[in-house]
Amino acid sequence: MRHALSQIGGVLHRMFASKLAGMLSILVIGIALSLPAGMYVMLQNARGMVAQLSGTPQISLFLKMDASVDDVEKLRVQLAQHPSISRAEFVSRNQALQQLKESTGLSDVIGGLKQNPLPDAFIIYPKSGVAKALDELKKEFAKLPTVELAQLDSAWAYKLEALLNFGRMAVLILAGLLSVALIAITFNTIRLQILTQRDEIDVARLIGATNGFIRRPFLYFGAIQGLLGGIMAWLIITLGVMLLNWQLEELSQLYTSQFSLHQLSAGDSLTLLLFSMYLGWLGAWLSVTRHLSQIDPH
Amino acid sequence: MIRFNQVNKRYPGGYQALKNVSFEVAKGEMVFITGHSGAGKSTLLKLIAAIERPNLGSVIVNNQNVGVLKERALPYLRRNLGIIFQDHKLLFDRNVFDNVMLPLQICGFDFRESHKRVRAALDKVGLLNREKSNPIALSGGEQQRLCIARAIVNRPSILLADEPTGNLDTEYAHEIMAIFESFHQVGVTLLISTHDESILQDTDMRVLALRQGELLHDSSATTSIGSGQPASSGSELA
Repeated sequence: MRHALSQIGGVLHRMFASKLAGMLSILVIGIALSLPAGMYVMLQNARGMVAQLSGTPQISLFLKMDASVDDVEKLRVQLAQHPSISRAEFVSRNQALQQLKESTGLSDVIGGLKQNPLPDAFIIYPKSGVAKALDELKKEFAKLPTVELAQLDSAWAYKLEALLNFGRMAVLILAGLLSVALIAITFNTIRLQILTQRDEIDVARLIGATNGFIRRPFLYFGAIQGLLGGIMAWLIITLGVMLLNWQLEELSQLYTSQFSLHQLSAGDSLTLLLFSMYLGWLGAWLSVTRHLSQIDPH
Repeated sequence: MIRFNQVNKRYPGGYQALKNVSFEVAKGEMVFITGHSGAGKSTLLKLIAAIERPNLGSVIVNNQNVGVLKERALPYLRRNLGIIFQDHKLLFDRNVFDNVMLPLQICGFDFRESHKRVRAALDKVGLLNREKSNPIALSGGEQQRLCIARAIVNRPSILLADEPTGNLDTEYAHEIMAIFESFHQVGVTLLISTHDESILQDTDMRVLALRQGELLHDSSATTSIGSGQPASSGSELA
């Protein structure tokens, strides 16, 4: 344990011996990682927004204007017994007009109307949220004689979700490519280190060092560099979101709404740091494995 | 302890460094290997540490045929050897103390114990007051003694020294020979290569003389090979 600690100490000492080069590598790794991770943050925010806006999917049934009270009652019973409906809510035409007056502030305009233009309506909450099942349900209700129009309210949300899935794939591809870049950066850094420490490696081998002993500091270096790069990426994202939120505040005041972006969650932050540490370690491992066998005297 | 059986070593390119060399060194013996440069002295020492491998014949160290030793086993062979290299192989990116510390780090020694051992080794070669210096600031004789300290800090039972008095004047050379003499007295097996016949004049130790890769003369062969110096008790350095 003590040896591991002193080796890590040596690694850090070496890192700080070449301050500028070390900082540059960490910065490059940080920026490379912050691109996919930042896009991921945006996607998470968009996803949260969609979930908030669409809620559970609803189907609105607007009845014909000439539907009688009996028709409405019959439909209510029918809907209550339907196996794929969890709940159906009746909104009478008077209620709807009242809601319209309150929520839009157009009471003057509406007050001037001679008669209520709105139909009676049912708002249906289906049990399943699957797009295809919802679509079939909508078609079934549209055929009912008393129903003028059946409308699936969250159709646009499904389209948006498909778009978000597309975005997620783009993030994954970007993350994959930049991970390879990160491994390549570490690979090269370690290669240069092995070259500059060639003497030490040779001497250590001649006086009985195992390959494990020689590799270890390089692996520590790769992992620490990766971790610091991950921390850099985290700082970039956190600062970026803070800046965006600062601007959004101004924007949302103009729209009199409350809206701000969420930061990376604790779990996602941890994943980011562990992943970048692992990539650094992997790059170092590949480099050490390749270059140490090359400078092996036998 | 060390046995060469008809060892041949040919380097890539065809240069024949050793031809049919056979000898045996008993535990606790102090042996000089002499010859002009190019006679095969360094090659002989490198074969013992498995830095080079023989093309023919076998090199037996501590009952192990080191010529066919697996790569993975080499570190553990070398930990039992103290090697003083012709070109020193000191590390100039760290001070004297840390240079001597390296073999103990490699073996995974306890922190406090290794500090004690490094001090003892530096004291033995008279460099205790220079422990904070960079080796580049040391004189040739001091660098050579630092190299010895690093070789003995691990308390090996066999010490190999390649031209340890190579570039030193006579006074320094005698100092270093005196250090080796003291190791011999505590039972360490020593093989010392040298082209400097003057340091052999006042010694009655066994001498292996090489010429162009052949063993020309073995001063103990007149008695009986292998029964040279009686092994003294305890192979550890003080």
